[in-house]
Amino acid sequence: MSNEDIVLAIKDIIATIAPDEELDGLTLEVPLRDQIELDSMDFLDIVMELRKRYGVNVPEEDYKNLATLQGCVDYLGPHMADKELVVS
Amino acid sequence: MSSAAPERCDAVVIGAGPAGLAAGIRLAQQGLSTVVLERHYLWGGLNSFYKKGGRRYDVGLHALTNHADRGARKLPLPRVLRQLRIPLEALQLGEQLGSRTVFPEASLRFSNDLDLLRSEVRAGFPAAADAFDALCDELAALPHAVEAGPQSVRAHLLERLGDRLLVDLVLHPLLWYGSPTPSDVSWPLFVVLWKSIYEEGFARPRGGVRPVLELLNGRLREEGGELRLRTGVSEILHDGGRVRGVRTDGGAELEAQLVLSSAGWPETLRMLGPEFTDHARSAPIGELTFVEACMHLDRPAPELGFQDTITFWNHADEALYRSTGAEPYDARSGVLCCPENYAGQEPETEGVVRTTILSSAAPWRDLEPEAYAATKAAAVDAAWEEVRRFAPDARPHAVALDAFTPRTITRFTGRLDGAVYGCPQKVAPDAAGLTGLQILGTDNGYLGIVGALVGGAQVATLSGASITPRALEPAPEA
Repeated sequence: MSNEDIVLAIKDIIATIAPDEELDGLTLEVPLRDQIELDSMDFLDIVMELRKRYGVNVPEEDYKNLATLQGCVDYLGPHMADKELVVS
Repeated sequence: MSSAAPERCDAVVIGAGPAGLAAGIRLAQQGLSTVVLERHYLWGGLNSFYKKGGRRYDVGLHALTNHADRGARKLPLPRVLRQLRIPLEALQLGEQLGSRTVFPEASLRFSNDLDLLRSEVRAGFPAAADAFDALCDELAALPHAVEAGPQSVRAHLLERLGDRLLVDLVLHPLLWYGSPTPSDVSWPLFVVLWKSIYEEGFARPRGGVRPVLELLNGRLREEGGELRLRTGVSEILHDGGRVRGVRTDGGAELEAQLVLSSAGWPETLRMLGPEFTDHARSAPIGELTFVEACMHLDRPAPELGFQDTITFWNHADEALYRSTGAEPYDARSGVLCCPENYAGQEPETEGVVRTTILSSAAPWRDLEPEAYAATKAAAVDAAWEEVRRFAPDARPHAVALDAFTPRTITRFTGRLDGAVYGCPQKVAPDAAGLTGLQILGTDNGYLGIVGALVGGAQVATLSGASITPRALEPAPEA
């Protein structure tokens, strides 16, 4: 999966969790929680979907790496390189 | 049937009420193999439904609290539905038309718009109106979950409002809707009740509780979870401080890393075996329990003049909300529900009204069948003798009646002493102190169907995130 695909993967997960949010304008470097309404429970949902869709287990101490889309790309890249994009 | 090796899964949920089903969905969403076990042949727990004589009966509240519109994303109902991936529209909620709290000396109307209650208080209790407004504003600024506050909410409100009758009138619906404590309520539960009922309010899913339970069960299936009916749990298995599974009534073992129990706190302790016996004995069992009767009428209830959605009555000298002790029932305090009095309900040819009155488990326990039936019939009549003081007497129009007692509640839900609102001392999910065992449902201190969903989903999300699904462990997957 390319870096662009990882961004798509995360956006698709957010679209499932928060169907009302507008995701087209999301920028890479700004924390997701400053751009859309995501609370800590929603954040756990992202982790949950990553595990379910891609078999990627993010330990709690690494959650901070997922704060921005760029952080997701950097952190998840090695774990998701061999995974296929799943879009719901 | 049973093979040599015990069956294995990631997570077991005990009990398929709203809390257990929501938990099951959230666990399955995390990719955990999840089995929800229910002893009864129907799911729903304390909020279930059944058929008798070709008629459908809902048990429990006939309605949801926490009504919210789609836009109100931060409120409990939209939020938990989002987590469960159920669109709010799927519930087809109709708001209450209006409810009342009725005492001999005064009554107050309230709806899903708190301004109605405020104006009722201003009209009926002008001296206390400013204090009441201040209380409303203060509570509006609080979140649903608050830490412990005043020891006695009743005393606190009396001090602030300075009028005992007003305090009784305002507290009565809240106590009846979910306090496990006689005559009072803890501060955190009071805040939840206030917000759920007075700020957000009552709504009824089109078709009652059954479609909600169908939705939950459907979502559980879609996520790959399994609901097993007629499968009670006799024992929670554990070794060295860690849970390892459950044994069912049939004697089969089901291994799991995580066991979530919605059976109730004292009830769960009793499943933990000899080393927890003392603990189980000392866990208080809730004393609040009820006799409830559902009456089907030969015409819609509104045609007979039933106008309120819910009426909470008290005809005793002081506000009554407690166990009836040695007496099987006390009809001087109760609740009248008219499920037809919600907006957008399907027109029914038969009306339905439901009465709920105070009761106590012990007097019913050993009654012989004849005496049991006679006492139950007397309880229903006693309820209607009170109802007719503020509403029409529906009895001449009854075409069918079914009532349940504390004994029925215990039989179908496993709640000791028919304790509908659980034990008065609420516990944290990890209260048993065993790794992998979590308590959910009423005894976490959540309220009603929505509270059960919120609590079940939350406990399952947090505890589920703490374990690794077997499917992700090194062993190759098929």
